[in-house]
Amino acid sequence: MPAPIRLRELIRTIRTARTQAEEREMIQKECAAIRSSFREEDNTYRCRNVAKLLYMHMLGYPAHFGQLECLKLIASQKFTDKRIGYLGAMLLLDERQDVHLLMTNCIKNDLNHSTQYVQGLALCTLGCMGSSEMCRDLAGEVEKLLKTSNSYLRKKAALCAVHVIRKVPELMEMFLPATKNLLSEKNHGVLHTSVVLLTEMCERSPDMLAHFRKNEKLVPQLVRILKNLIMSGYSPEHDVSGISDPFLQVRILRLLRILGKSDDDSSEAMNDILAQVATNTETSKNVGNAILYETVLTIMDIKSESGLRVLAINILGRFLLNNDKNIRYVALTSLLKTVQTDHNAVQRHRSTIVDCLKDLDVSIKRRAMELSFALVNGNNIRGMMKELLYFLDSCDPEFKADCASGVFLAAEKYAPSKRWHIDTIMRVLTTAGSYVRDDSVPNLIQLITNSVEMHAYTVQRLYKALLDDISQQPLVQVASWCIGEYGDLLVSGQCEEEEPIQVTEDEVLDVLEGLLVSNLSTPVTRGYSLTAIMKLSTRFSSVNRIKKVVSIYGSSIDVELQQRAVEYNALFKKYDHMRPALLERMPIMEKTATNGPTEIVQTNGETEPSVVEPKHPPPVTQPANQANDLLDLLGGNDVVPVIQTTLPTKPASAGGELLDLLGDLSLSGIPPMIAYNKNGLKIDFTFERANPNPNIAVITIHASNTTEADMTDFVFQAAVPKTFQLQLLSPSSNVVPALNQGTVTQVIRVLNPQKQQLRMRIKLTYTHKGSPVQDLAEVNNFPPQSWQ
Amino acid sequence: SFTTHCEIRTYHRMCGMQFMLLFSRQGKLRLQKWYVPLSDKEKKKITRELVQTVLARKPKMCSFLEWRDLKIVYKRYASLYFCCAIEDQDNELITLEIIHRYVELLDKYFGSVCELDIIFNFEKAYFILDEFLLGGEAQETSKKNVLKAIEQADLLQEVSHVKNCE
Repeated sequence: MPAPIRLRELIRTIRTARTQAEEREMIQKECAAIRSSFREEDNTYRCRNVAKLLYMHMLGYPAHFGQLECLKLIASQKFTDKRIGYLGAMLLLDERQDVHLLMTNCIKNDLNHSTQYVQGLALCTLGCMGSSEMCRDLAGEVEKLLKTSNSYLRKKAALCAVHVIRKVPELMEMFLPATKNLLSEKNHGVLHTSVVLLTEMCERSPDMLAHFRKNEKLVPQLVRILKNLIMSGYSPEHDVSGISDPFLQVRILRLLRILGKSDDDSSEAMNDILAQVATNTETSKNVGNAILYETVLTIMDIKSESGLRVLAINILGRFLLNNDKNIRYVALTSLLKTVQTDHNAVQRHRSTIVDCLKDLDVSIKRRAMELSFALVNGNNIRGMMKELLYFLDSCDPEFKADCASGVFLAAEKYAPSKRWHIDTIMRVLTTAGSYVRDDSVPNLIQLITNSVEMHAYTVQRLYKALLDDISQQPLVQVASWCIGEYGDLLVSGQCEEEEPIQVTEDEVLDVLEGLLVSNLSTPVTRGYSLTAIMKLSTRFSSVNRIKKVVSIYGSSIDVELQQRAVEYNALFKKYDHMRPALLERMPIMEKTATNGPTEIVQTNGETEPSVVEPKHPPPVTQPANQANDLLDLLGGNDVVPVIQTTLPTKPASAGGELLDLLGDLSLSGIPPMIAYNKNGLKIDFTFERANPNPNIAVITIHASNTTEADMTDFVFQAAVPKTFQLQLLSPSSNVVPALNQGTVTQVIRVLNPQKQQLRMRIKLTYTHKGSPVQDLAEVNNFPPQSWQ
Repeated sequence: SFTTHCEIRTYHRMCGMQFMLLFSRQGKLRLQKWYVPLSDKEKKKITRELVQTVLARKPKMCSFLEWRDLKIVYKRYASLYFCCAIEDQDNELITLEIIHRYVELLDKYFGSVCELDIIFNFEKAYFILDEFLLGGEAQETSKKNVLKAIEQADLLQEVSHVKNCE
């Protein structure tokens, strides 16, 4: 049998294929040859054949028949064989298949091989793809190698240990003794990997963290190493654009962050070096900025003094002006993280941030938008809104919904006057009207209702907008509703804010009837206009015309419209004496809102708006100055009851806000349940069915915290059995405030086409009193109505 | 058994590279290094979707994007895209330096590296990567030391008499 063709020869041949079919044929032919060669247990060419197989695997062809051959190569004594064998194992084997366990013994032997390059191969493979079982079996060998004086092996063992700890966290303790003098090494490879190992241990275990802080005095050691890196002269081996070992510097800064977080002494001990790095690092190239970036993250996360924090924010501010868009991107991301805690410092960079709205990069624009909304306050509302509305006009469709929602929220909180508020809403509806969320319509209607002195102005502006454009449904719906309510003000020309327009009752009815017949109107919109027309029967004198319209729609093919028309008809015919009372002006709608579910309370019979005391204090998660803004509004001239919706750092968190505004706890008749209640963290689930798909259950989680410390970095994760599908939307925030002062909400959508019993495994991670907490739980007590 | 809503998060990692992909402007894969356990099917799906996403990016856009719940860092060197997935806590800017260091190593080893070198010597590209990174983290920050180790290992191959995988 001729020798199998060489690897490079095969590659050359395959590349000459002109079609996919031709390539497939060549591959199949070669695979057949390789298979026979494997069957013959040919040792000489096994390596060559597996290498070829790996090439074909990269092209996308199946290569599982080579798995055992990789194991044979690993067991061979030839270095070439081992090299390809281990590579093959890493590419073709996977821990879900039992066959990978056959590697364990080979790896064990190779970890003790006389040649360090063989030991290196074994460490690399174990550290890249070792399964939990393999890690358990071989942890002892790795630990031994962590103590060797051979730095080539020591550095690899450290990273291998990191992998072992990730797979089998309970083995972490056994590596502790070996970490004793890792940092006194001179070798940068060992230093770097040791810092990574120490980072992994400290992040994973609060006990380890405490141990390294106090007993090992890690902070001074790290500070010393970092100082040497900065102060030492040019070191050709580790130099990158004039900076000595930036990789090591960044990892040290990161470990310092973990050590300094929530710890005064550690934070103080690193204060000087952080200031030094922040001021002395060269910023002309990416590498220097990478170090500065890590420094800023560390300064913001530890208990640094205010001067240092301001220095950090200013670095971010300078980043925003950098020509390199990558630098601008990380600056915006970081500023978004700090805007709540260092609000005033970030405010100073507001105009630069607003300029980023014009950036060409989509991610930069999005961050700039989110940050802009976070920076809006009572002082800058007019200027900021101008910029944001301009952005809304010209931005990509993917932004419009979030931007519109953000504008509405900001306007609600900080509107300097009623007129300005209405104008802003009008602007959004007319420029991005088709993108506003469905829940905006009832929200706006409520706002308009409660702005009593603006009714005439509002209905006039909306009427004029309708004359221009009837294609944007939210605008049309709000306009119809207003005309129905305040049409009498419109025709009587009562507007004080601007020149009143002259319009007759017939003209108004023409417009509303036009909406009924237009192809552009959705069924919902038609419903709004029919009702509006009906309401005008008590406000206009042309009742006969209205009666006629209503009776026509009594035979509409749209069932909803038909039903309305028939009922209105009945109102004319049999219950005419009740008509004025039923169709009279809507009263003020009270709305009290907190982070949790809301009730919309209608106060019937009240004709005077009244200043309403808020029922709940502003949630603690809001920064102090934003809470003050709310309190200022209370004491101001506005007679509108204060609407206290808190602005999450992302203005868009669909679902969570939807339920906040419209939902109460048992919207769908499915009882809520307690999913988790441990260590002061309670998670309730509330349910609703998603229209129109009855196979989708929409669950909202409400996380609350009875302890006296906030739970920060709160992350909720969920997993469901295979027959289900799960979608997790963005949470309302990641801080669960202490003492039940607010909740974090998040929406889960579960698709359950087989109507199986719903089960869920949840994972909670958060930081509490400086320590990371993690818990897993099963949720099995779902009410039957949620999945049947 | 349970499946999570994002298959990559099958075990808890707080930092480190999840995977690195090298692909051409036509979307042909030239190297794939995975540091998280995934099935072949999952890897193929991720590769296909991510390659499409990156190739659709315009030149004026920045090197970072959010994809699923990962941070992606990518950079094009001539006809090859180098693309890494990192965790939320990881530093994007230093990841760019990691990518650059790898390119420098390849360049030093092959002498003015080009895509063809990586195609015809893919196993060497892997060997070099495995001397630079381990488990997704840098194991050696000195260029010289990485190249020296590769050189020594190559010599060992020679000594094994049979050059049977070329």
